[in-house]
Amino acid sequence: MNDDQKVDKTRRNLVVATSVVGGAASVGAAIPFIASMMPSERAKAGGAPVEVDISGIAPGELKVVEWRGKPVWVIRRTTSMLESLKTAVAKLTDPASKSSLQPEYAANEYRSLKPDVMVMEGVCTHLGCSPQMKTADAKAEMGGDWAGGFYCACHGSKFDMAGRVFRGAPAPTNLTVPPYTFLSDSTLLIGEDKKGA
Amino acid sequence: MSSRLMALWEWFDARMPSVAEEWRKHAAEYYAPKNFNFWYYFGVLSMLVLVIQIVSGIFLTMNYKPDAALAFGSVEYIMRDVPGGWILRYIHSTGGSAFFVVVYLHMFRALLYGSYKEPRELIWIFGVLIYLALMAEAFLGYLLPWGQMSYWGAQVIVNLFAVVPYIGPDLALWIRGDFVVSDATLNRFFALHVIALPLVLLGLVVAHILALHDVGSNNPDGIEIKKNKDARGRPVDGIPFHPYYTVKDTVGAVVFLAIFCVVMFFMPEMGGYFLEHNNFIPADPLKTPEHIAPLWYFTPYYSILRAVPPVFTSQFPGVLAMGVAVMILFLLPWLDRSPVKSIRYRGVYYKSALVAFVVAFLVLGYLGVKPTTVWGQFGFDAFFLDTKDRATWVARLCTLLYFAFFILMPWYTAKDKVRPVPDRVTM
Repeated sequence: MNDDQKVDKTRRNLVVATSVVGGAASVGAAIPFIASMMPSERAKAGGAPVEVDISGIAPGELKVVEWRGKPVWVIRRTTSMLESLKTAVAKLTDPASKSSLQPEYAANEYRSLKPDVMVMEGVCTHLGCSPQMKTADAKAEMGGDWAGGFYCACHGSKFDMAGRVFRGAPAPTNLTVPPYTFLSDSTLLIGEDKKGA
Repeated sequence: MSSRLMALWEWFDARMPSVAEEWRKHAAEYYAPKNFNFWYYFGVLSMLVLVIQIVSGIFLTMNYKPDAALAFGSVEYIMRDVPGGWILRYIHSTGGSAFFVVVYLHMFRALLYGSYKEPRELIWIFGVLIYLALMAEAFLGYLLPWGQMSYWGAQVIVNLFAVVPYIGPDLALWIRGDFVVSDATLNRFFALHVIALPLVLLGLVVAHILALHDVGSNNPDGIEIKKNKDARGRPVDGIPFHPYYTVKDTVGAVVFLAIFCVVMFFMPEMGGYFLEHNNFIPADPLKTPEHIAPLWYFTPYYSILRAVPPVFTSQFPGVLAMGVAVMILFLLPWLDRSPVKSIRYRGVYYKSALVAFVVAFLVLGYLGVKPTTVWGQFGFDAFFLDTKDRATWVARLCTLLYFAFFILMPWYTAKDKVRPVPDRVTM
């Protein structure tokens, strides 16, 4: 356009208005595309609680249960494992689990309803890998003062037998304890609290 | 050419002269410096690998099934039952690693000869964008075989987004389309891997080359050949890209393809570095493999992620450091204050910095494929030792070196004693 020609204000305003409306329409049109990537109704419905028979778990053994697509561990802890929780306290990031996630009834020194039965999500709070149990026998690999716990092979985080993270690990908080309740001495329900408790 | 063919061409040219015009502009009359050396093969080789990946990828999709229940089996089906299927898959998997080999060498060439410096900043920026798109493409594609490493690799990388303050968890949910990596995730990764990102990559490659041909190629001497033209307006130190460099590049492509075939036929897994052993086990959401490591081309950044300790119980700093380690590449043209481009005329500061950077990058890459316990623990205790793993401390040192290369660059490139640059290119 020639510089000394006067801009037709009405036409210019029409162009601007059309562009603005068109731009708003484009943003609106993007919404269904973006929304389509959120979890579907089917995915949202897949979170029912699971029942677990724990009678077959030997002392010191770990059983993996699937809940909401995530591994949940049920561990029958031995007395020596429970002892190791006390000696670990000085080396932990969050020994009292203040900034970690667990139901109220598991916010105790054992992080469980019953000291010998530990239930927690086997999902590292760093980036979601599933750590492995390393018993006190794994000293050669884990260092001389290792008293048993869990090791995340992805980024090297270490946890004690209550899922509490050791200092110097990339994981920021202790492993999460899911809601659970005992239906009987040998049956656990993971994913739901006792009603009214 | 026979006269009939000639007549056909003239008929075509009269109706669409832009074909001949573009050919002249980008090949027959594109004057490239005459002193290109070995390092100048990797740009064209990157394009060759892109073509290989697109073609082999198209044929793989004819038999692959993007379904969590069928994906692993369909890859085995391609390997065992589809005629020539195994060769298509090994072409594609070898091509994935080959892509990063040639791209890393291509980027190193830019560091050697200052190819990112003015007036080539835009070429560099498009190049870094290509590198980012390539990393995304590799990551998305790695989920498709639905093996253990596919699954847990995706789990970790998607969770990197979850640590972004405030929007993180919702962002990760949106990327996955489910509360864990699942069928929904696989399906969308397939869509992005085969349609969205290849289109983005092609567009960026076009932009990269158009920007290059507008300002002209750099060369091992870092001299602007356009400053010295003959009477016909052609750079004295330039030769037409076609036929001179098309012939040279053909030789390079043949040698490259020979090496490519040796890998593809005799060592497609490359000892677990191109195809990880654990990926031959179907994805199991309940069990992370004993030892998990990303594919070799991501390991330097993975090491940086692991090396940074959490700050105030947040793992965001580690993720941030990893992101910044890649993004800082964009700033390179403005961090470098040296009056010369090529390493040939730079002083001892830049040369030492580049050596330290390469060593740090390689050590980080090596540590990324190993567990943090690889070099054992320190035998003593001290208040500052939050972890006694020696490898973690080495990775921290290398992370510092990596960032120092960029952050201190304005200082050491300005102070460096450079040598005078000649007027004409040297061979």
